[in-house]
Amino acid sequence: MGWALIRGWAVLVYIFMFLPVAVVVLLSFNASQFGNFPMTGFSFRWFVELAGNEAILRAFRTSIILGLLTALISTTLGVLASLALVRYRVPGANAISTLLIAPILVPEVVLAVALLLFLNFLGVNKSFGLLLAGHVIFTLPFVILVVQARLVSIKRDVEEAAMSLGASPVQTFFQITLPLMMPAVLAGALFAFTISFDDITGTLFWKPGGVETVPTQIFAMLRNSISPEINALGTVMIVMTVGLPLLGLAIARAMARKSGT
Amino acid sequence: MSVEKREARQPWILLSPALTAVTLLLFVPLLFILVYSFWLRTATGADVAGFHLDNWEEALTDPFYRDILISTLRIAAITTVACALMGYPSAYFIARSQGNKAVLLLLLMLPFWISYIIRTMSWINILGVSGALNSALMAMGIINEPIQMLYNEVTVILGLVHFLLPFMILNIFVSLDGIDTNLENAANSLGATKWQAFLQVTLPLSLPGLAAGGLLCFVLGAGTYITPLVLGGPRDAMFANLVFEAIITQLNWPLGSALSLMLLAVLGALVMIYNRYLGMAQLMKGLG
Repeated sequence: MGWALIRGWAVLVYIFMFLPVAVVVLLSFNASQFGNFPMTGFSFRWFVELAGNEAILRAFRTSIILGLLTALISTTLGVLASLALVRYRVPGANAISTLLIAPILVPEVVLAVALLLFLNFLGVNKSFGLLLAGHVIFTLPFVILVVQARLVSIKRDVEEAAMSLGASPVQTFFQITLPLMMPAVLAGALFAFTISFDDITGTLFWKPGGVETVPTQIFAMLRNSISPEINALGTVMIVMTVGLPLLGLAIARAMARKSGT
Repeated sequence: MSVEKREARQPWILLSPALTAVTLLLFVPLLFILVYSFWLRTATGADVAGFHLDNWEEALTDPFYRDILISTLRIAAITTVACALMGYPSAYFIARSQGNKAVLLLLLMLPFWISYIIRTMSWINILGVSGALNSALMAMGIINEPIQMLYNEVTVILGLVHFLLPFMILNIFVSLDGIDTNLENAANSLGATKWQAFLQVTLPLSLPGLAAGGLLCFVLGAGTYITPLVLGGPRDAMFANLVFEAIITQLNWPLGSALSLMLLAVLGALVMIYNRYLGMAQLMKGLG
């Protein structure tokens, strides 16, 4: 009796989480002019319009370049720091961890204001560089958390074995540690990319005039009214942000199986 | 240099890029806006350096800011309680399920990956004048005219719950999953009913997860900027909207700095109280 109640509750919560999103996908195939019910028929026309919308394509390009650069920088910094925290005995490791996680604990608006005003004080105007710096600092804690969690499960023995067979530390890193770490590195990079791709609050503060990322473009389009085109864009975003991590998960698993860990 | 010295140095070389980034892009800017909040905005639009309390006086005494701060904290609190009530049974279901826990958890994490702006706007499709709910009610003949259900405080909270619930569930799940189910069985064999065993054994042991999830929901909820703009009415601004107004629209940077720091102080105090009693480790578990 109790368990049935709990299960029923959980099912309702799942419906609550998925229903609004499912409706976005459903309505993106609406043949009608308007992005709402009742649907008049099934059509791909809004996806075709999307593909021809210069502003949206530009926003996609910006978001992808920004996401890739953010992932590259964030993952590099994050992997190095995680290696230090997991592989070495660092005095004050707990305090350092907390320090590196701090950007999550500061409300994003505050982080956005502080960075914007400080860089402006230094003579750096709103630019792609500021946007990139903001995204890096915002994604870094997540990368460190994810990479650290995975790194702990990689045994040290293999590295020691390589060293005892005469490999130098650098050789050991590139031939043993890095390949073993690859799933963690990829997971971190993917996480950074997805968070950067989705960020809107900080981006609205940091982006130079005229530059839009996909979320700020959607936000600007919402000012008018919700159109089938926004729903189509939403569907594309859902496929990207859900599909990419799932793909990443599959790749990470395949790699882990191949390397036998 | 001896081998030990080089060994001792290596972690710092690895850590220095990340520590430099956090210092230069977070801590120094925070210190900077602290100083900046004491500067003065003049009528000409130039900021005068110095130690003036005007911005702080305005931020702390103007009832306009106070009222919005209070309503922001109220919205965050209601959101957190709603997330806990919806999330606890769901997390319990996943943790104690005989089925595939990983799949159940992954399903719940999927919305987590879906873009925040998309998830927020998706409620317009449900609650809008020609949204799913109004259409369904009209088709069933329950109402004749669509009801305006959007753009109020309730829809802001709804959007926030939808956004933050996975954080809550994940944290409670991590906590529940770490509890040995034998403890409940032991309580049962000693004569406790299932409900008593839950209340006296499982629930207390899962409180750290509940607290971590609660802290995240509250802090993220109170810092929200987009949700009130998309799902709220003109009077549903939250504190982050004031900050944006001051900084981007009015270009009153000293006042915007003071308002930002006010929000940071209130939420930072909460994080510190949490850290004092429960420590950061629990929070890290639920995030990673």
